Amino acid sequence: MSAPPKIHIENVCKSFGPKDVLTGIDLDVMQGESVVIIGGSGTGKSVLLKCILGILTADSGIIEVEGQDVNRLTANDRDDVNRKFGMLFQSAALFDSLPVWENVAFGLMQGRHMGRDEAKAKALETLGQVGLAKEVGELSPAELSGGMQKRVGLARAIAGSPEVVFFDEPTTGLDPIMADVINDLIITCVKDQGITALSITHDMASARKISDRIAMLHHGKLIWIGSAGDVDSSGNGFVDQFVNGRAEGPIKMELRR
Amino acid sequence: MNALAVIGRVVIRFLEHLGRVTFFTLTAVSHCVRPPIYPRLIGRQMINIGYYSLPVVGLTAIFSGMVLALQSYTGFARFNAESAIANVVVLSITRELGPVLAGLMVAGRIGASMAAEIGTMRVTEQIDALTTLSTNPYKYLIAPRLIAGLLMLPLLVLVADIIGVFGGYLVGVYKLGFNPSVYMSNTVDFLEPLDVISGLVKAAAFGFIIALMGCYHGFRSQGGAQGVGSATTNAVVSASILILTFNYIITELFFAV
Repeated sequence: MSAPPKIHIENVCKSFGPKDVLTGIDLDVMQGESVVIIGGSGTGKSVLLKCILGILTADSGIIEVEGQDVNRLTANDRDDVNRKFGMLFQSAALFDSLPVWENVAFGLMQGRHMGRDEAKAKALETLGQVGLAKEVGELSPAELSGGMQKRVGLARAIAGSPEVVFFDEPTTGLDPIMADVINDLIITCVKDQGITALSITHDMASARKISDRIAMLHHGKLIWIGSAGDVDSSGNGFVDQFVNGRAEGPIKMELRR
Repeated sequence: MNALAVIGRVVIRFLEHLGRVTFFTLTAVSHCVRPPIYPRLIGRQMINIGYYSLPVVGLTAIFSGMVLALQSYTGFARFNAESAIANVVVLSITRELGPVLAGLMVAGRIGASMAAEIGTMRVTEQIDALTTLSTNPYKYLIAPRLIAGLLMLPLLVLVADIIGVFGGYLVGVYKLGFNPSVYMSNTVDFLEPLDVISGLVKAAAFGFIIALMGCYHGFRSQGGAQGVGSATTNAVVSASILILTFNYIITELFFAV
């Protein structure tokens, strides 16, 4: 009998007023697997991640983490589930009122009640894992470049040794070299440690590099799921257009509403 | 028919808004009384609200007391009732001007800053990041501000009362030529504990309102810089209106014949 999926998503729907964003998402992410969801802007990729994390509540459908339905948990149960998660936000979302080390140690001190000194030592060690010197820990997030902020965000995401890490456009806004550095860090920190990863991105180079499987989200549904190696020969017109970045094809950009 | 539809829409929107504020208030208050409590964050907010508002509240109070003594003299001299000036100044300051002016000044200073800070955290996904780090945003961001507002406004108003009465004393003694000891005895003799207590109760209510409106509008802000700007404006305007409304209601409760 095969192991149950780490994350099981079945027929998940989410609307905002009259706008249907997710219209029946089905996806299984297995233990230790890295799945990347690609898709155009505004197709609901971030909404899907936020539904899994409990930041948004899905209107219907099933979201299970290790077999536990997490769609409508109490606040305490949700905190317990979220301790299994780490998240790297698109904008890094660092707390600008706290120094870098406290950002990294935040989940350890608040979520896991670790002592301040122990949490600081762990934060500085984690900063080292993402290639940042200890001195960076004393800086404010506003003093960091975009690439460094992403690295701090990654350090914060993995500091609590999560079982699942979510990446929201991890390389967006970075130059190609820094983007590749972040990709390598993701592989080192996540794939090599057997952590399950679910990422969303527009960056096909990043998607190919960090994923085991790729899924494409279009008009609220996953229209294609396959291994990373098959994405260039998917036989799906939508996927081909997106992967090759062509203006012509079945995906029509909505220039006017 | 169209007019009815417009009225209906306005009423429904108002009720929706009222429901959201009520739900937000109840959730926030429930987190104020349930552990864990964050004493460091409460202390930081108390310093921000109390200590850093002292100059602006003190200046407002002293000039209000001074102008009150001058204006009272102009009016009361027509009836040969100049001796009532000390009484008028102390009653006006403790019952009305102290809490209301301090409330309005703190609404401008603190309500705006709370809405801007929390609003920026909302639009930069920092509040979402709190949730992913197993930290309840109500408990971490809202509850400390509400508790600090509730506790610090009465202290600020107590200081404002003393400074305001001192302002009246300065004008009465050094400009209008009153005997210092007579002015002081007129001030103390006619002052009753309820005059001060009612002002302090008002102050506690105003402190809660200011923090609540700042947090509520910041928490619900969306749409980037413009959204944060609107949240700041709405926080100050709604807090000011509520302060004046509750000022009447509390006065009615205390002094209704």
